[in-house]
Amino acid sequence: MIVPYSHVLVLAGVLFLMGAAGAIARRNVFLILIGVEIMLNAAGLALVGASLHWGRPDGQAFVIFIMAVAAAEVAVGLALIVHCHRRTGSVNADDYRLLKG
Amino acid sequence: MTTLGAIFYVLAGITLTATALAITRRQPVHAVIYLIVSFFSLAPIFYLLGAPFLALLEIIIYAGAIMVLFLFIIMMLRLPPAGQAPGRFARQWLPALILASISLAITVWIFLSDPAGQAPLAPALASPLAFGRFLFKTYWYPVELASVLLLAALVGALYLGRRDPPADQEGEKT
Repeated sequence: MIVPYSHVLVLAGVLFLMGAAGAIARRNVFLILIGVEIMLNAAGLALVGASLHWGRPDGQAFVIFIMAVAAAEVAVGLALIVHCHRRTGSVNADDYRLLKG
Repeated sequence: MTTLGAIFYVLAGITLTATALAITRRQPVHAVIYLIVSFFSLAPIFYLLGAPFLALLEIIIYAGAIMVLFLFIIMMLRLPPAGQAPGRFARQWLPALILASISLAITVWIFLSDPAGQAPLAPALASPLAFGRFLFKTYWYPVELASVLLLAALVGALYLGRRDPPADQEGEKT
């Protein structure tokens, strides 16, 4: 016996909301991206717990896809950050106002 | 509480502390380092929950590849040191904290009041062999889609990362 399933879900929920709070409160685009990473990771933890709860490996298979999506998202996100840093010389999300007339 | 349960709570405490430190750091490099600690303690939790292959992938992909990519880019851009910004707490952290704590209270209440979730999980282990067979028998199509997604991300990152000036000359030639 390990722990009740609800405790795993509470841990995943706390992690997810920490990531969400970090992504909301930050202006540095790196820290926003890190918040998104934390949220994806928390979703993976919930899926692994669900996979054990129901005794089926489907949840673990989904975590593989979450990892693929996270890797793709980070690659494109960091490329965008480099691109915007070349244009504006800043990584502060408030400074990206090139479209503003 | 069993031994495995005690290990789970210790690792959960480390993960939560490291994540809380990561999202409150001002320097991106410090946040990334704390996040690596968080991933390293989350990987044994995956192992405890019966996913040894995913525990390894967590370290190899998240801590190994993604976080190193973050560090490379942060160091490549040579950012100026982050300064202290006055009045940031009330304007930025307060709404985030209020929203997050309301959601957190509701989440915890729902999860802990559900009787179906109270039964302790039985330890089980999905061996990488069995898991791989299951993945490629049942989800072979999404696996192919994931590879296409990664290819698209690769092309997108290359396109965004290229230098700007030659684009106009090529446009004139063609």
